[in-house]
Order: sequence, then structure tokens, then C-alpha cells
Amino acid sequence: MNNKLTTMAPWLAYFLIFGSLIFVGGDHTIHIASQVIILGLFAIAFNVLFGTTGLLSFGQAIFYGLGAYITGMMAKSFGGDFFVWALLIAPAAAIVLSVLLGVLSLRLSDVYFTMLTLAFAQLAWGICVKWSSFTGGDDGIQAIPKPELLAGGLNYYIFSFVIVTACLYLLWRLDRSPFGSVLKGIRQNPTRISFIGMNVFRHKLLAYMISSCFTAIAGGLYAGIDKSIHPDMFVWTMSGSIILMTILGGMRSFFGPLIGVAVFILLEDEIGRATQYWSFVIGAIMITVVLLFPKGIVGISRHFARLFAKKGGQRDNP
Amino acid sequence: MNETLLVQNIHSYYGKSHILFGVDFSVKKGETFCLMGRNGAGKTTTFKSIVMLVPPKEGKVILNGREINGLKPYHAARLGIGLVPEDRRIFGELSVKDNLLLGTSSGRHGYWNLEQIYTYFPILLDYQDKPGGTLSGGEQQMLTIARTLMGNPDILLLDEPTEGLSPVMVKVLKDLVLKIKELGTTILLSEQNIKFCMAVADRVVIIDKGHIVYEADAETFRHDDDVKKRYLAV
Repeated sequence: MNNKLTTMAPWLAYFLIFGSLIFVGGDHTIHIASQVIILGLFAIAFNVLFGTTGLLSFGQAIFYGLGAYITGMMAKSFGGDFFVWALLIAPAAAIVLSVLLGVLSLRLSDVYFTMLTLAFAQLAWGICVKWSSFTGGDDGIQAIPKPELLAGGLNYYIFSFVIVTACLYLLWRLDRSPFGSVLKGIRQNPTRISFIGMNVFRHKLLAYMISSCFTAIAGGLYAGIDKSIHPDMFVWTMSGSIILMTILGGMRSFFGPLIGVAVFILLEDEIGRATQYWSFVIGAIMITVVLLFPKGIVGISRHFARLFAKKGGQRDNP
Repeated sequence: MNETLLVQNIHSYYGKSHILFGVDFSVKKGETFCLMGRNGAGKTTTFKSIVMLVPPKEGKVILNGREINGLKPYHAARLGIGLVPEDRRIFGELSVKDNLLLGTSSGRHGYWNLEQIYTYFPILLDYQDKPGGTLSGGEQQMLTIARTLMGNPDILLLDEPTEGLSPVMVKVLKDLVLKIKELGTTILLSEQNIKFCMAVADRVVIIDKGHIVYEADAETFRHDDDVKKRYLAV
């Protein structure tokens, strides 16, 4: 019973926080919250590769950008009613692209994999910027139409909230499934997984496809927030921010990346209002967290929870 | 067909260094076969060659009449080779139960399932929700063997299972291996512990510097003190 409660507590908090915003959030809060849940989906999808399987991709922005551009360009060409359909096409396209890139890059290990994913994403960014007749180049795409029902910040937030929650639920089930155990096993010792009878490459590829698919959904959703997208969504700093936010929140926990995203965006918003050197402050916080609490914010809270438990006379689990 | 595993004249290398020189033996169905030898004699390399982690450059490995040279390790596992490696043996961050369930990845069904495992290894039932990494060395060894059994292998490869275990644990392990053996499981064991080997094995070979230098049934080996002195330094 107690055990069940601890598993469900993060979900409860998730619904309490992001659900209640629907009723109490002002325009600005809703806008920030939309960004948090959408980037949160991106980060949790990224963590399927990073925290779970142990694959550091420095190029997941390629799928984020792809999702956004497919959704944006299709809605722009075929009209606002097509927006929702485009949101379905984006992840399908991401799966196709991830198979192509995955087959090429997953054969490499560690840093070579990381570098190759970075190279692919930069290539996509280059194409997006240079091919301006098709993609709008540096200017990106503006005034992306949406169905009337989704117009307005609050309606779009509710729509995003429903989709993101469904996606998170699927990823959560996946994390706790036997397939999830295999991915964690691959992170801990790939050789051992192979002589248990599992094809390591195929599982890595599946993880890569799943991660990319959900990343593209996040990208597609993002295209609807401000109705504008830009080539920077492909660039390496985008992939880099997601890595930072994931580490900040805690990569060994399912909701850790979402917490990282929320803290990062809130800090950016709050400190950004006070000083233009906000990135300096965030950098300092990052260094502190990484040096003192390598398990991220989730790690910090678990640490203190354990301290309290000890004071309560309970024994610490070894 | 009487032989579960045939190892025919295999030569294996680590990079350029030649480790196994024509290793040759066969394991009959249902028997417990022990590969003995000193440290560095080639026991682990022989095991790694059988599961294709270090594929032999020459010679054949035949499982149930099928040549498995050139297959990937996961494929060899699915065909029925269950390796219990000598290094730290479990997925430390996964729960004991998840470790066991991973063992079913081979997709093979048979006598062993969670229930049977918990009957034979009651301690794993008590610890099923604990992370594997919190178990003691001997318990982890039990868990690895249990996980491998979950894959219902045709042949169980135990690479120096007693290494680093306390005498009490060695005794527990011995009883366990005898029980598994009674079920008709084919076992290939590598050992330095002569007592343990004699307690469980039906046949013994000795490997030295990558060559098989001795082969006998367990009874003959028991009385062959000269061989023990020469190759196993006792």
C-alpha cells in the first residue's frame, strides 16, 4: 500500500500542479506552463535514451525541429483544420528518420555516437536555414493556423496537457515494463544482456525510435504555442539545454527531467526579468547541482527524505 | 544424439595473442562436466568462445547437433546456452524480481519459472523487491544462477561459481548444483576448487596454457593425485 502510494505520488503532484493551472493560471502562467509540459515531454523522451539506456544523443533537437516544421508547414499549406492531423504525421516521420539515423549512428559507441548525432542535427539545421524557399530560412514560419477550438492560450494549454499526459503515461508504462528493464540492463552491462539472449542493437534502435517519436510530438505541439517556429529548434544548443535540464532534474527518475525543465524555465523567467545575465546565474546553479548533487533535484529531495526518515527512528535502506 | 555440446579443436585469440590451442571436448546430455585449470589456463576464454563472446577463429562449437560458430551471443543464448559469468553477475540497479524476469529474454520455456525459482531459492523471494546490488556476494551468485535458469537453457555454463565465496556459501552452492543436476540439467562447470568439482562432476578435463591435457571420469580423477599436483598445484 505504502509502496503504491510512493509510485503514484509524482502523478498526483503532476495532476495537482498542471491540472489546477487550468482554473487558476493567468495568461502568462499558462504560457509558461505550456512551455514546461511540452519541453518536459521532450526531456522525458530524451531520457529514455540517456538516463534509461545510457545513450547520450546530442542531436535530439533534430526530431524536435522535424516535428515542429512538419506540423507548422502542413498547417500553413493545408489550413488550420489540418493542424491536428499534422501532429500525427510528425511522429510517424520521426520514426522513419530515426531508423535511418539510428542504423548509422547506433553502431558506434559512446562519444562517437554522441558526435554523430550532433553532426546530423547540425546538418538538418544547415538545410533548414539555407533552403529558405521551402522552410522560410532564418525567419522560420510565422502565423501557423490552428483549428478554432484550439485558439487562445488556455484552450491550447488544455489540449497540450491532454496529449502530453497521454504520452507521459505511455512512456511511464514503458519504463516499468520488461522492455524498460532490458534498456536499463543495456545501460548497466550490454554484454550481459546479449548472453541472456537479447539483441542489444535492436533494443537500442527501438529506444531511439520511441524517444524520437515522442520528441517529434513535443516539437509539433510547440509549433502551436506562439504559432511561430524557427531553425534554432534544430540547433545544438537546443539539444544541449535538454541535456542540462535532464541532469538538473535527475536522470535516474522518471519525472526528474520534467522537474528540471520546470525549474530551468521558471528561473529563466524570474531571473530574466531582473537581469540580462540570467544565463550566468543558471550556469552557477547547474555547476552547484552537478558537483554537489549528481542525482539532480530529485536526488536532493530523496536525500532529505532519507534524513527525515532516519530522524523518525526508521532504518535507512542500505 | 547423445552430446549436448561439442567443442571441436577450437583456437581463440584476444587480438593477436593466441589463447586456446585446439581445445576439444564434449558434454553429454544430463551430465555435469568440469573444466579444471589454474588461473590464466583458458577456462573463461573457453566459456566465452562457446557463447561466441570471443568467437573461435578455428574449430567448431556444436550445440544439439547444430554448428553455432559465427552466431551472435544473443542468438547462442536463445538456442539454449545459459552462461553464468565469473565477474559481478547481476544488474545492480534492477530489483531481484526484474533481474529474474530479464532471464526469460531467451524466449525459451520449460521447467523453470518464477514459482519454481522461488521454491529452489527461497531467499530470492524474500528479497524480490530489493535492488540486486544490495545482495551479498553469495546471494548475487545465487541470483545469477537463478536468472540463467529462468531462460531454461539446454546447457548451463557455470564459470568458477565458488570464486570469492565463503565456505558456508560454497556448501549451499554445492547442494544447489546437485539439486539442479538431479533434474537432468546438463552442466558445464569451470573450477579451481577440486573438492567442489569432485562433489558434483561426472567427468573432468584439465586445461593448461590453452591445451586440454587430461580427461577422465570423476572417479579416476579422484585418485589421480599426480595429475592434481602437476596441473592444479596442490
